[in-house]
Amino acid sequence: MLDVSIDHHQGDFHLQAAFTAGAGLTALFGRSGSGKTTLVNVIAGLVKPEQGRIMVDGQTLVDTARRLFVAPHRRRVGYVFQEGRLFPHLTVRQNLRYGRWFTPAPERRAKFDDVIALLGIGALLDRHPASLSGGEKQRVAIGRALLASPRILLMDEPLAALDDARKAEILPYIERLRDEAGIPIVYVSHAVAEVVRLATTVVMMEGGRVAAAGPAAEVMARLGGLPLARGEAGAILDAQVREADDGYGLSLIATRAGDLRVPRLGLPVGARLRVQILARDVMIARRPPQEVSALNMLPGRIAEIGEPIGAGVDLRLDCFGVAVLAQITRRSLETLNLKVGESVTAVIKSVTFAGR
Amino acid sequence: MTQWLTPEEWQVVGLSLRVALWATLASLPVGLAVAWLLARKRFWGHALLNGVVHLPLIMPPVVTGYLLLILFGRRGFFGELLAEIGIVFAFRWTGAALACAVMGFPLMVRAMRLSIEAVDRRLEAAAGTLGANPVMVFLTVTLPLILPGVLAGAILGFAKAMGEFGATITFVSNIPGETRTLPTAIYTYLNVPGGDAGAIRLTLISVALSLAALLVSEGLARRAARHVGGV
Repeated sequence: MLDVSIDHHQGDFHLQAAFTAGAGLTALFGRSGSGKTTLVNVIAGLVKPEQGRIMVDGQTLVDTARRLFVAPHRRRVGYVFQEGRLFPHLTVRQNLRYGRWFTPAPERRAKFDDVIALLGIGALLDRHPASLSGGEKQRVAIGRALLASPRILLMDEPLAALDDARKAEILPYIERLRDEAGIPIVYVSHAVAEVVRLATTVVMMEGGRVAAAGPAAEVMARLGGLPLARGEAGAILDAQVREADDGYGLSLIATRAGDLRVPRLGLPVGARLRVQILARDVMIARRPPQEVSALNMLPGRIAEIGEPIGAGVDLRLDCFGVAVLAQITRRSLETLNLKVGESVTAVIKSVTFAGR
Repeated sequence: MTQWLTPEEWQVVGLSLRVALWATLASLPVGLAVAWLLARKRFWGHALLNGVVHLPLIMPPVVTGYLLLILFGRRGFFGELLAEIGIVFAFRWTGAALACAVMGFPLMVRAMRLSIEAVDRRLEAAAGTLGANPVMVFLTVTLPLILPGVLAGAILGFAKAMGEFGATITFVSNIPGETRTLPTAIYTYLNVPGGDAGAIRLTLISVALSLAALLVSEGLARRAARHVGGV
Protein backbone atom coordinates (compact mmCIF):
# COMPACT_ATOMS: atom_id res chain seq x y z
CA MET A 1 0.00 0.00 0.00
CA LEU A 2 1.39 3.36 -1.07
CA ASP A 3 0.23 6.68 0.31
CA VAL A 4 1.58 9.85 -1.31
CA SER A 5 0.89 13.49 -0.62
CA ILE A 6 3.36 16.07 -1.89
CA ASP A 7 3.78 19.70 -2.80
CA HIS A 8 6.80 20.49 -4.94
CA HIS A 9 8.05 23.19 -7.31
CA GLN A 10 10.36 22.44 -10.20
CA GLY A 11 11.12 25.61 -12.10
CA ASP A 12 7.74 27.06 -13.05
CA PHE A 13 6.01 23.77 -12.56
CA HIS A 14 3.97 23.21 -9.43
CA LEU A 15 3.22 19.62 -8.48
CA GLN A 16 0.57 19.24 -5.83
CA ALA A 17 -0.74 15.72 -5.70
CA ALA A 18 -2.04 13.12 -3.32
CA PHE A 19 -3.13 9.58 -4.03
CA THR A 20 -3.03 6.06 -2.67
CA ALA A 21 -2.20 2.90 -4.59
CA GLY A 22 -3.30 -0.48 -3.34
CA ALA A 23 -3.38 -3.93 -4.86
CA GLY A 24 -3.23 -4.25 -8.63
CA LEU A 25 -2.04 -1.64 -11.08
CA THR A 26 -2.54 2.07 -10.50
CA ALA A 27 -2.16 4.06 -13.69
CA LEU A 28 -0.84 7.60 -13.38
CA PHE A 29 -2.42 8.89 -16.52
CA GLY A 30 -2.12 12.28 -18.18
CA ARG A 31 -0.46 14.34 -20.90
CA SER A 32 3.30 14.84 -21.07
CA GLY A 33 4.25 17.52 -18.62
CA SER A 34 1.40 16.78 -16.23
CA GLY A 35 3.85 15.77 -13.51
CA LYS A 36 3.56 11.97 -13.69
CA THR A 37 7.27 11.23 -13.95
CA THR A 38 8.22 13.78 -11.28
CA LEU A 39 5.71 12.10 -9.00
CA VAL A 40 7.24 8.63 -9.40
CA ASN A 41 10.75 10.09 -9.07
CA VAL A 42 9.67 11.56 -5.76
CA ILE A 43 8.35 8.16 -4.67
CA ALA A 44 11.64 6.48 -5.67
CA GLY A 45 13.67 9.13 -3.84
CA LEU A 46 15.35 10.50 -6.98
CA VAL A 47 13.68 13.87 -6.36
CA LYS A 48 13.41 15.37 -2.89
CA PRO A 49 10.01 17.04 -2.44
CA GLU A 50 9.77 20.46 -0.81
CA GLN A 51 6.85 19.34 1.27
CA GLY A 52 4.94 16.16 1.76
CA ARG A 53 4.74 12.67 3.04
CA ILE A 54 5.20 9.26 1.45
CA MET A 55 4.36 5.99 3.14
CA VAL A 56 4.80 2.42 1.93
CA ASP A 57 3.35 -0.50 3.88
CA GLY A 58 3.13 1.65 7.00
CA GLN A 59 6.74 2.83 6.82
CA THR A 60 7.30 6.53 6.31
CA LEU A 61 9.81 7.19 3.51
CA VAL A 62 9.46 10.95 3.44
CA ASP A 63 7.97 13.35 5.91
CA THR A 64 9.18 16.90 5.43
CA ALA A 65 7.43 18.01 8.62
CA ARG A 66 9.68 15.62 10.57
CA ARG A 67 12.68 16.24 8.26
CA LEU A 68 12.62 12.58 7.35
CA PHE A 69 14.05 11.45 4.03
CA VAL A 70 14.96 7.81 3.42
CA ALA A 71 17.74 7.45 0.84
CA PRO A 72 16.69 5.78 -2.45
CA HIS A 73 18.76 2.64 -1.84
CA ARG A 74 17.02 2.02 1.49
CA ARG A 75 13.46 2.35 0.16
CA ARG A 76 13.02 -1.02 -1.52
CA VAL A 77 10.92 0.63 -4.20
CA GLY A 78 11.36 -1.02 -7.62
CA TYR A 79 11.65 1.23 -10.66
CA VAL A 80 11.35 0.28 -14.32
CA PHE A 81 12.59 3.20 -16.41
CA GLN A 82 11.37 4.22 -19.83
CA GLU A 83 14.77 3.45 -21.36
CA GLY A 84 15.46 0.25 -19.45
CA ARG A 85 18.78 1.41 -18.03
CA LEU A 86 20.34 -2.05 -18.00
CA PHE A 87 23.98 -2.15 -16.93
CA PRO A 88 25.91 -2.49 -20.20
CA HIS A 89 28.96 -4.13 -18.58
CA LEU A 90 26.97 -6.97 -17.04
CA THR A 91 25.26 -9.97 -18.61
CA VAL A 92 21.49 -10.33 -18.42
CA ARG A 93 21.94 -12.81 -15.56
CA GLN A 94 24.18 -10.40 -13.65
CA ASN A 95 21.76 -7.55 -14.28
CA LEU A 96 18.92 -9.65 -12.91
CA ARG A 97 20.87 -10.65 -9.81
CA TYR A 98 22.10 -7.14 -9.11
CA GLY A 99 19.29 -5.96 -6.84
CA ARG A 100 18.96 -9.30 -5.10
CA TRP A 101 22.50 -8.85 -3.81
CA PHE A 102 21.51 -5.76 -1.84
CA THR A 103 18.23 -7.14 -0.51
CA PRO A 104 18.36 -8.28 3.11
CA ALA A 105 18.25 -12.10 3.11
CA PRO A 106 14.92 -12.52 4.95
CA GLU A 107 13.22 -10.18 2.49
CA ARG A 108 14.29 -11.98 -0.69
CA ARG A 109 10.80 -13.08 -1.60
CA ALA A 110 11.18 -13.03 -5.38
CA LYS A 111 12.39 -16.36 -6.78
CA PHE A 112 14.82 -16.17 -9.68
CA ASP A 113 13.29 -19.04 -11.65
CA ASP A 114 9.74 -17.77 -11.14
CA VAL A 115 10.57 -14.30 -12.42
CA ILE A 116 12.48 -15.72 -15.39
CA ALA A 117 9.47 -17.85 -16.26
CA LEU A 118 6.98 -15.03 -15.70
CA LEU A 119 8.84 -12.79 -18.14
CA GLY A 120 10.01 -15.46 -20.57
CA ILE A 121 13.66 -14.37 -20.48
CA GLY A 122 15.30 -17.74 -19.77
CA ALA A 123 17.01 -17.82 -23.16
CA LEU A 124 18.63 -14.41 -22.71
CA LEU A 125 20.57 -14.98 -19.49
CA ASP A 126 24.07 -15.18 -20.93
CA ARG A 127 23.72 -12.31 -23.37
CA HIS A 128 24.77 -8.69 -22.95
CA PRO A 129 22.19 -5.88 -23.01
CA ALA A 130 23.68 -4.46 -26.21
CA SER A 131 22.53 -7.55 -28.11
CA LEU A 132 18.91 -7.44 -26.90
CA SER A 133 15.92 -6.01 -28.74
CA GLY A 134 14.00 -3.13 -27.16
CA GLY A 135 11.25 -5.44 -25.94
CA GLU A 136 13.71 -7.92 -24.47
CA LYS A 137 15.58 -5.15 -22.68
CA GLN A 138 12.38 -3.93 -21.09
CA ARG A 139 11.44 -7.43 -19.92
CA VAL A 140 14.88 -7.83 -18.36
CA ALA A 141 14.54 -4.42 -16.72
CA ILE A 142 11.22 -5.51 -15.21
CA GLY A 143 12.82 -8.74 -13.99
CA ARG A 144 15.75 -6.87 -12.48
CA ALA A 145 13.41 -4.61 -10.50
CA LEU A 146 11.24 -7.55 -9.36
CA LEU A 147 14.20 -9.61 -8.17
CA ALA A 148 15.12 -6.91 -5.65
CA SER A 149 11.81 -7.95 -3.97
CA PRO A 150 10.46 -4.40 -3.87
CA ARG A 151 7.44 -3.45 -1.79
CA ILE A 152 5.99 -1.51 -4.69
CA LEU A 153 6.93 -1.32 -8.36
CA LEU A 154 7.09 1.95 -10.28
CA MET A 155 6.95 1.81 -14.07
CA ASP A 156 7.59 5.03 -15.99
CA GLU A 157 6.14 4.63 -19.48
CA PRO A 158 7.99 1.34 -19.95
CA LEU A 159 6.53 0.90 -23.45
CA ALA A 160 6.91 4.45 -24.76
CA ALA A 161 10.20 3.77 -26.56
CA LEU A 162 8.91 0.65 -28.31
CA ASP A 163 7.06 0.12 -31.58
CA ASP A 164 3.58 -1.39 -31.62
CA ALA A 165 4.77 -4.94 -32.21
CA ARG A 166 7.15 -4.77 -29.22
CA LYS A 167 4.39 -3.22 -27.11
CA ALA A 168 2.08 -6.07 -27.95
CA GLU A 169 4.87 -8.46 -26.97
CA ILE A 170 5.25 -6.98 -23.48
CA LEU A 171 1.67 -6.11 -22.50
CA PRO A 172 0.70 -9.70 -21.61
CA TYR A 173 3.70 -9.90 -19.26
CA ILE A 174 2.64 -6.74 -17.45
CA GLU A 175 -0.87 -8.18 -17.11
CA ARG A 176 0.57 -11.31 -15.52
CA LEU A 177 2.73 -9.16 -13.29
CA ARG A 178 -0.34 -7.26 -12.11
CA ASP A 179 -2.21 -10.48 -11.36
CA GLU A 180 0.63 -12.63 -10.00
CA ALA A 181 3.40 -10.49 -8.48
CA GLY A 182 1.31 -9.49 -5.49
CA ILE A 183 2.76 -5.99 -5.11
CA PRO A 184 1.14 -2.68 -5.95
CA ILE A 185 2.29 -1.30 -9.31
CA VAL A 186 2.30 2.40 -10.16
CA TYR A 187 2.29 2.69 -13.94
CA VAL A 188 2.90 6.01 -15.65
CA SER A 189 1.38 6.36 -19.09
CA HIS A 190 -0.16 8.80 -21.51
CA ALA A 191 -1.48 6.04 -23.77
CA VAL A 192 -5.19 5.39 -23.32
CA ALA A 193 -4.95 1.88 -24.74
CA GLU A 194 -2.41 0.83 -22.10
CA VAL A 195 -4.46 2.31 -19.29
CA VAL A 196 -7.67 0.71 -20.54
CA ARG A 197 -5.95 -2.62 -20.80
CA LEU A 198 -3.91 -2.65 -17.60
CA ALA A 199 -5.29 -0.35 -14.96
CA THR A 200 -7.11 -1.47 -11.85
CA THR A 201 -7.17 2.09 -10.57
CA VAL A 202 -6.65 5.30 -12.52
CA VAL A 203 -5.16 8.52 -11.16
CA MET A 204 -5.63 11.20 -13.77
CA MET A 205 -3.03 13.99 -13.67
CA GLU A 206 -3.50 17.43 -15.14
CA GLY A 207 -1.09 20.34 -14.75
CA GLY A 208 0.56 18.87 -11.67
CA ARG A 209 -2.68 18.03 -9.92
CA VAL A 210 -4.85 14.95 -9.57
CA ALA A 211 -7.87 15.63 -11.77
CA ALA A 212 -9.67 12.37 -11.02
CA ALA A 213 -8.97 9.11 -9.25
CA GLY A 214 -10.83 5.85 -8.75
CA PRO A 215 -11.48 2.42 -10.23
CA ALA A 216 -10.48 2.30 -13.90
CA ALA A 217 -13.97 1.65 -15.31
CA GLU A 218 -15.37 4.52 -13.30
CA VAL A 219 -12.73 7.13 -14.15
CA MET A 220 -12.61 6.22 -17.82
CA ALA A 221 -16.40 6.49 -18.06
CA ARG A 222 -16.59 10.04 -16.72
CA LEU A 223 -17.93 12.57 -19.18
CA GLY A 224 -15.98 15.73 -19.89
CA GLY A 225 -12.71 16.62 -18.25
CA LEU A 226 -11.10 13.61 -19.87
CA PRO A 227 -7.78 14.57 -21.44
CA LEU A 228 -8.58 12.18 -24.24
CA ALA A 229 -8.65 12.73 -27.93
CA ARG A 230 -12.25 12.41 -29.06
CA GLY A 231 -12.78 8.92 -30.33
CA GLU A 232 -10.63 7.41 -27.60
CA ALA A 233 -13.27 7.72 -24.90
CA GLY A 234 -15.18 4.58 -24.07
CA ALA A 235 -16.42 2.27 -21.37
CA ILE A 236 -14.34 -0.57 -19.95
CA LEU A 237 -16.17 -3.81 -19.08
CA ASP A 238 -14.87 -6.89 -17.31
CA ALA A 239 -16.15 -10.05 -18.94
CA GLN A 240 -15.97 -13.82 -18.93
CA VAL A 241 -16.25 -16.16 -21.90
CA ARG A 242 -19.54 -18.07 -21.84
CA GLU A 243 -19.41 -19.85 -25.21
CA ALA A 244 -16.15 -20.18 -27.09
CA ASP A 245 -17.31 -20.40 -30.73
CA ASP A 246 -20.74 -20.70 -32.28
CA GLY A 247 -19.72 -21.77 -35.78
CA TYR A 248 -19.79 -18.18 -37.07
CA GLY A 249 -16.43 -17.38 -35.47
CA LEU A 250 -18.09 -15.49 -32.66
CA SER A 251 -17.64 -15.90 -28.92
CA LEU A 252 -20.33 -15.12 -26.37
CA ILE A 253 -19.05 -13.19 -23.36
CA ALA A 254 -20.91 -12.25 -20.21
CA THR A 255 -20.58 -8.80 -18.62
CA ARG A 256 -22.54 -7.24 -15.79
CA ALA A 257 -24.31 -5.10 -18.37
CA GLY A 258 -25.39 -8.13 -20.40
CA ASP A 259 -24.09 -10.69 -22.89
CA LEU A 260 -22.08 -9.64 -25.94
CA ARG A 261 -20.97 -11.45 -29.08
CA VAL A 262 -17.44 -10.69 -30.17
CA PRO A 263 -15.53 -12.11 -33.12
CA ARG A 264 -12.40 -14.27 -33.11
CA LEU A 265 -11.50 -14.27 -29.44
CA GLY A 266 -9.73 -17.63 -29.32
CA LEU A 267 -10.18 -17.86 -25.57
CA PRO A 268 -11.55 -20.91 -23.70
CA VAL A 269 -14.88 -20.90 -21.86
CA GLY A 270 -14.48 -19.34 -18.43
CA ALA A 271 -11.52 -17.12 -19.41
CA ARG A 272 -11.64 -13.62 -17.99
CA LEU A 273 -11.03 -10.62 -20.21
CA ARG A 274 -11.54 -6.92 -20.45
CA VAL A 275 -13.31 -5.25 -23.34
CA GLN A 276 -13.73 -1.65 -24.36
CA ILE A 277 -16.75 -0.16 -26.05
CA LEU A 278 -15.78 3.14 -27.66
CA ALA A 279 -18.35 5.86 -27.28
CA ARG A 280 -18.35 6.51 -31.03
CA ASP A 281 -19.36 2.88 -31.67
CA VAL A 282 -22.57 3.15 -29.64
CA MET A 283 -25.93 4.24 -31.11
CA ILE A 284 -28.94 5.07 -28.99
CA ALA A 285 -32.45 3.72 -29.73
CA ARG A 286 -35.60 4.54 -27.79
CA ARG A 287 -36.91 0.98 -28.34
CA PRO A 288 -34.89 -2.15 -29.17
CA PRO A 289 -34.62 -1.89 -32.97
CA GLN A 290 -35.89 -4.74 -35.17
CA GLU A 291 -34.00 -6.35 -38.05
CA VAL A 292 -30.68 -4.58 -37.69
CA SER A 293 -27.26 -6.04 -38.38
CA ALA A 294 -25.78 -5.06 -35.03
CA LEU A 295 -25.39 -8.14 -32.81
CA ASN A 296 -25.05 -6.43 -29.48
CA MET A 297 -27.63 -4.37 -27.68
CA LEU A 298 -27.65 -3.43 -24.04
CA PRO A 299 -30.67 -1.98 -22.23
CA GLY A 300 -29.85 0.94 -19.96
CA ARG A 301 -30.88 4.20 -18.42
CA ILE A 302 -29.48 7.61 -19.32
CA ALA A 303 -27.40 8.60 -16.30
CA GLU A 304 -25.78 11.76 -17.58
CA ILE A 305 -25.80 14.01 -20.62
CA GLY A 306 -22.48 15.79 -21.22
CA GLU A 307 -21.73 19.28 -22.48
CA PRO A 308 -22.11 19.51 -26.28
CA ILE A 309 -18.81 19.51 -28.17
CA GLY A 310 -19.25 20.79 -31.71
CA ALA A 311 -22.06 18.83 -33.33
CA GLY A 312 -21.78 15.99 -30.84
CA VAL A 313 -22.71 15.20 -27.30
CA ASP A 314 -21.65 12.38 -24.98
CA LEU A 315 -24.11 10.31 -22.94
CA ARG A 316 -23.36 8.05 -20.03
CA LEU A 317 -25.75 5.11 -19.71
CA ASP A 318 -26.21 3.01 -16.64
CA CYS A 319 -26.57 -0.60 -17.76
CA PHE A 320 -27.21 -2.66 -14.62
CA GLY A 321 -24.68 -0.61 -12.71
CA VAL A 322 -22.07 -0.52 -15.46
CA ALA A 323 -21.26 2.70 -17.29
CA VAL A 324 -21.49 2.64 -21.09
CA LEU A 325 -20.63 5.79 -23.04
CA ALA A 326 -22.30 6.86 -26.23
CA GLN A 327 -21.42 9.64 -28.62
CA ILE A 328 -24.38 11.00 -30.59
CA THR A 329 -25.16 14.25 -32.40
CA ARG A 330 -26.92 17.16 -30.72
CA ARG A 331 -29.54 16.86 -33.44
CA SER A 332 -30.31 13.26 -32.45
CA LEU A 333 -30.47 14.27 -28.80
CA GLU A 334 -33.18 16.81 -29.66
CA THR A 335 -35.05 14.69 -32.21
CA LEU A 336 -35.31 11.76 -29.80
CA ASN A 337 -35.93 14.18 -26.94
CA LEU A 338 -33.65 12.21 -24.63
CA LYS A 339 -33.67 13.07 -20.92
CA VAL A 340 -31.71 11.86 -17.91
CA GLY A 341 -33.41 8.87 -16.28
CA GLU A 342 -35.08 7.53 -19.42
CA SER A 343 -34.69 3.93 -20.55
CA VAL A 344 -33.04 3.38 -23.90
CA THR A 345 -31.17 0.69 -25.80
CA ALA A 346 -27.49 0.98 -26.61
CA VAL A 347 -26.82 -0.49 -30.05
CA ILE A 348 -23.18 -1.46 -30.15
CA LYS A 349 -21.37 -1.58 -33.47
CA SER A 350 -18.11 -3.03 -32.20
CA VAL A 351 -16.49 -4.33 -29.05
CA THR A 352 -12.71 -4.11 -28.67
CA PHE A 353 -10.70 -6.74 -26.86
CA ALA A 354 -8.67 -4.72 -24.34
CA GLY A 355 -6.72 -7.31 -22.39
CA ARG A 356 -6.82 -10.33 -20.12
CA MET B 1 70.99 -9.69 -25.37
CA THR B 2 72.76 -9.42 -21.99
CA GLN B 3 75.93 -8.83 -23.98
CA TRP B 4 74.21 -6.14 -25.95
CA LEU B 5 73.75 -3.73 -23.02
CA THR B 6 76.35 -2.94 -20.39
CA PRO B 7 75.44 -3.62 -16.72
CA GLU B 8 75.11 0.13 -16.19
CA GLU B 9 72.66 0.33 -19.06
CA TRP B 10 70.62 -2.55 -17.65
CA GLN B 11 70.55 -0.64 -14.41
CA VAL B 12 69.22 2.43 -16.22
CA VAL B 13 66.42 0.44 -17.86
CA GLY B 14 65.45 -1.27 -14.60
CA LEU B 15 65.48 2.00 -12.71
CA SER B 16 63.36 3.73 -15.35
CA LEU B 17 60.74 0.98 -15.19
CA ARG B 18 60.74 1.08 -11.38
CA VAL B 19 60.40 4.88 -11.28
CA ALA B 20 57.63 4.92 -13.89
CA LEU B 21 55.73 2.06 -12.25
CA TRP B 22 55.80 3.67 -8.82
CA ALA B 23 54.93 7.08 -10.22
CA THR B 24 51.90 5.55 -11.98
CA LEU B 25 50.68 3.36 -9.12
CA ALA B 26 51.05 6.07 -6.50
CA SER B 27 49.28 8.76 -8.52
CA LEU B 28 46.47 6.46 -9.75
CA PRO B 29 44.19 6.67 -6.66
CA VAL B 30 44.93 10.38 -6.16
CA GLY B 31 44.32 11.06 -9.84
CA LEU B 32 41.02 9.19 -9.77
CA ALA B 33 39.88 11.11 -6.70
CA VAL B 34 40.81 14.47 -8.23
CA ALA B 35 39.21 13.53 -11.57
CA TRP B 36 36.05 12.58 -9.67
CA LEU B 37 36.00 15.88 -7.79
CA LEU B 38 36.50 17.90 -10.97
CA ALA B 39 33.93 15.92 -12.96
CA ARG B 40 31.17 15.57 -10.37
CA LYS B 41 31.43 18.19 -7.69
CA ARG B 42 30.96 21.93 -7.81
CA PHE B 43 32.77 23.59 -4.93
CA TRP B 44 34.60 26.74 -4.02
CA GLY B 45 38.09 26.49 -5.54
CA HIS B 46 37.04 24.16 -8.37
CA ALA B 47 38.76 26.33 -10.97
CA LEU B 48 41.82 26.71 -8.74
CA LEU B 49 42.20 22.96 -8.27
CA ASN B 50 41.77 22.45 -12.00
CA GLY B 51 44.48 25.04 -12.63
CA VAL B 52 46.94 23.58 -10.13
CA VAL B 53 46.47 20.09 -11.59
CA HIS B 54 47.23 21.37 -15.08
CA LEU B 55 50.16 23.60 -14.12
CA PRO B 56 52.90 20.98 -14.76
CA LEU B 57 51.59 20.64 -18.31
CA ILE B 58 52.02 24.35 -18.99
CA MET B 59 55.03 25.38 -16.90
CA PRO B 60 58.56 24.67 -18.11
CA PRO B 61 59.58 21.31 -16.59
CA VAL B 62 62.63 22.94 -15.04
CA VAL B 63 60.32 25.25 -13.07
CA THR B 64 58.29 22.26 -11.80
CA GLY B 65 61.55 20.55 -10.84
CA TYR B 66 62.79 23.62 -9.01
CA LEU B 67 59.48 24.01 -7.13
CA LEU B 68 59.74 20.36 -6.10
CA LEU B 69 63.24 21.03 -4.88
CA ILE B 70 62.02 23.97 -2.81
CA LEU B 71 59.09 22.03 -1.33
CA PHE B 72 60.46 18.50 -1.09
CA GLY B 73 64.23 19.10 -0.90
CA ARG B 74 66.20 18.44 2.28
CA ARG B 75 65.41 21.94 3.58
CA GLY B 76 61.99 22.08 1.93
CA PHE B 77 58.81 22.43 3.99
CA PHE B 78 57.38 19.00 3.12
CA GLY B 79 60.85 17.55 2.71
CA GLU B 80 61.73 18.13 6.37
CA LEU B 81 58.35 16.91 7.60
CA LEU B 82 58.54 13.71 5.56
CA ALA B 83 62.19 13.11 6.47
CA GLU B 84 61.09 12.75 10.09
CA ILE B 85 58.96 9.73 9.19
CA GLY B 86 61.73 8.34 7.03
CA ILE B 87 60.55 9.40 3.58
CA VAL B 88 63.28 11.19 1.66
CA PHE B 89 62.87 12.41 -1.92
CA ALA B 90 65.96 14.54 -2.45
CA PHE B 91 68.48 12.89 -4.78
CA ARG B 92 66.79 9.49 -4.44
CA TRP B 93 64.95 7.38 -7.00
CA THR B 94 61.80 8.12 -4.97
CA GLY B 95 62.29 11.78 -5.87
CA ALA B 96 62.50 10.83 -9.53
CA ALA B 97 59.21 8.95 -9.12
CA LEU B 98 57.63 12.01 -7.47
CA ALA B 99 58.79 14.29 -10.29
CA CYS B 100 57.47 11.85 -12.91
CA ALA B 101 54.16 11.48 -11.05
CA VAL B 102 53.65 15.24 -10.88
CA MET B 103 54.50 15.67 -14.55
CA GLY B 104 52.18 12.86 -15.66
CA PHE B 105 49.36 13.85 -13.31
CA PRO B 106 47.51 16.29 -15.62
CA LEU B 107 47.46 13.76 -18.45
CA MET B 108 46.13 11.06 -16.15
CA VAL B 109 43.45 13.27 -14.57
CA ARG B 110 42.31 14.53 -17.96
CA ALA B 111 41.72 11.06 -19.38
CA MET B 112 39.91 9.91 -16.25
CA ARG B 113 37.80 13.03 -15.97
CA LEU B 114 36.58 12.69 -19.55
CA SER B 115 35.54 9.09 -18.93
CA ILE B 116 33.75 9.98 -15.68
CA GLU B 117 31.87 12.76 -17.45
CA ALA B 118 30.82 10.29 -20.15
CA VAL B 119 29.14 7.94 -17.67
CA ASP B 120 25.35 7.87 -17.97
CA ARG B 121 24.35 8.95 -14.48
CA ARG B 122 20.90 7.50 -14.98
CA LEU B 123 22.53 4.08 -14.66
CA GLU B 124 23.81 5.10 -11.23
CA ALA B 125 20.32 6.24 -10.22
CA ALA B 126 18.98 2.88 -11.40
CA ALA B 127 21.55 1.06 -9.26
CA GLY B 128 20.42 3.16 -6.30
CA THR B 129 16.79 2.09 -6.73
CA LEU B 130 18.02 -1.52 -6.71
CA GLY B 131 19.45 -1.04 -3.22
CA ALA B 132 23.11 -0.17 -3.88
CA ASN B 133 24.52 2.53 -1.59
CA PRO B 134 26.70 5.24 -3.18
CA VAL B 135 29.97 3.36 -2.53
CA MET B 136 28.60 0.16 -4.08
CA VAL B 137 27.22 2.17 -7.01
CA PHE B 138 30.72 3.47 -7.64
CA LEU B 139 32.36 0.06 -7.34
CA THR B 140 29.83 -1.95 -9.34
CA VAL B 141 28.64 0.54 -11.97
CA THR B 142 30.79 3.66 -12.28
CA LEU B 143 34.23 2.06 -11.93
CA PRO B 144 33.64 -0.72 -14.50
CA LEU B 145 32.24 1.86 -16.94
CA ILE B 146 35.20 4.25 -16.58
CA LEU B 147 37.81 1.48 -16.57
CA PRO B 148 38.91 2.13 -20.18
CA GLY B 149 39.50 5.79 -19.29
CA VAL B 150 41.32 4.90 -16.08
CA LEU B 151 43.58 2.51 -18.00
CA ALA B 152 44.22 5.08 -20.70
CA GLY B 153 45.11 7.63 -18.02
CA ALA B 154 47.45 5.19 -16.29
CA ILE B 155 49.23 4.32 -19.53
CA LEU B 156 49.59 7.99 -20.43
CA GLY B 157 51.03 8.66 -16.98
CA PHE B 158 53.40 5.71 -17.32
CA ALA B 159 54.58 6.82 -20.77
CA LYS B 160 55.11 10.36 -19.52
CA ALA B 161 57.10 8.99 -16.54
CA MET B 162 59.32 6.92 -18.81
CA GLY B 163 60.22 10.02 -20.80
CA GLU B 164 60.33 12.69 -18.10
CA PHE B 165 63.59 14.63 -18.19
CA GLY B 166 63.51 18.29 -17.16
CA ALA B 167 61.80 18.13 -13.78
CA THR B 168 63.64 14.97 -12.81
CA ILE B 169 67.14 16.25 -13.54
CA THR B 170 66.37 19.56 -11.81
CA PHE B 171 64.90 17.96 -8.70
CA VAL B 172 67.05 14.87 -8.14
CA SER B 173 69.97 15.43 -10.53
CA ASN B 174 71.55 12.65 -12.59
CA ILE B 175 73.09 10.14 -10.17
CA PRO B 176 74.07 6.78 -11.68
CA GLY B 177 72.20 3.91 -10.06
CA GLU B 178 69.91 6.26 -8.12
CA THR B 179 68.26 8.84 -10.38
CA ARG B 180 69.69 8.17 -13.84
CA THR B 181 66.69 7.13 -15.92
CA LEU B 182 66.58 6.51 -19.69
CA PRO B 183 66.30 10.16 -20.83
CA THR B 184 69.03 11.40 -18.48
CA ALA B 185 71.27 8.47 -19.42
CA ILE B 186 70.86 9.26 -23.12
CA TYR B 187 71.59 12.89 -22.34
CA THR B 188 74.74 11.84 -20.47
CA TYR B 189 75.94 9.65 -23.35
CA LEU B 190 75.49 12.52 -25.75
CA ASN B 191 77.74 14.68 -23.58
CA VAL B 192 80.71 12.31 -23.65
CA PRO B 193 82.89 11.66 -26.70
CA GLY B 194 82.07 8.29 -28.32
CA GLY B 195 78.84 7.95 -26.43
CA ASP B 196 76.75 7.73 -29.62
CA ALA B 197 76.53 3.94 -29.65
CA GLY B 198 75.22 3.86 -26.09
CA ALA B 199 72.74 6.62 -26.84
CA ILE B 200 71.44 4.68 -29.85
CA ARG B 201 71.03 1.49 -27.82
CA LEU B 202 69.08 3.25 -25.08
CA THR B 203 67.04 5.11 -27.68
CA LEU B 204 66.02 1.80 -29.27
CA ILE B 205 65.06 0.45 -25.83
CA SER B 206 63.05 3.60 -25.23
CA VAL B 207 61.21 3.25 -28.54
CA ALA B 208 60.49 -0.43 -27.85
CA LEU B 209 59.13 0.26 -24.37
CA SER B 210 56.93 3.10 -25.60
CA LEU B 211 55.55 0.93 -28.37
CA ALA B 212 54.87 -1.94 -25.96
CA ALA B 213 53.05 0.41 -23.57
CA LEU B 214 50.95 1.71 -26.46
CA LEU B 215 50.03 -1.79 -27.67
CA VAL B 216 49.14 -2.96 -24.16
CA SER B 217 46.94 0.07 -23.56
CA GLU B 218 45.21 -0.35 -26.94
CA GLY B 219 44.53 -3.98 -26.14
CA LEU B 220 43.22 -3.24 -22.66
CA ALA B 221 41.06 -0.39 -23.91
CA ARG B 222 39.56 -2.57 -26.63
CA ARG B 223 38.83 -5.36 -24.18
CA ALA B 224 37.26 -2.96 -21.73
CA ALA B 225 35.22 -1.29 -24.46
CA ARG B 226 33.92 -4.66 -25.67
CA HIS B 227 32.99 -5.50 -22.12
CA VAL B 228 31.18 -2.26 -21.56
CA GLY B 229 29.43 -2.41 -24.93
CA GLY B 230 26.56 -0.13 -25.87
CA VAL B 231 23.40 0.32 -23.86
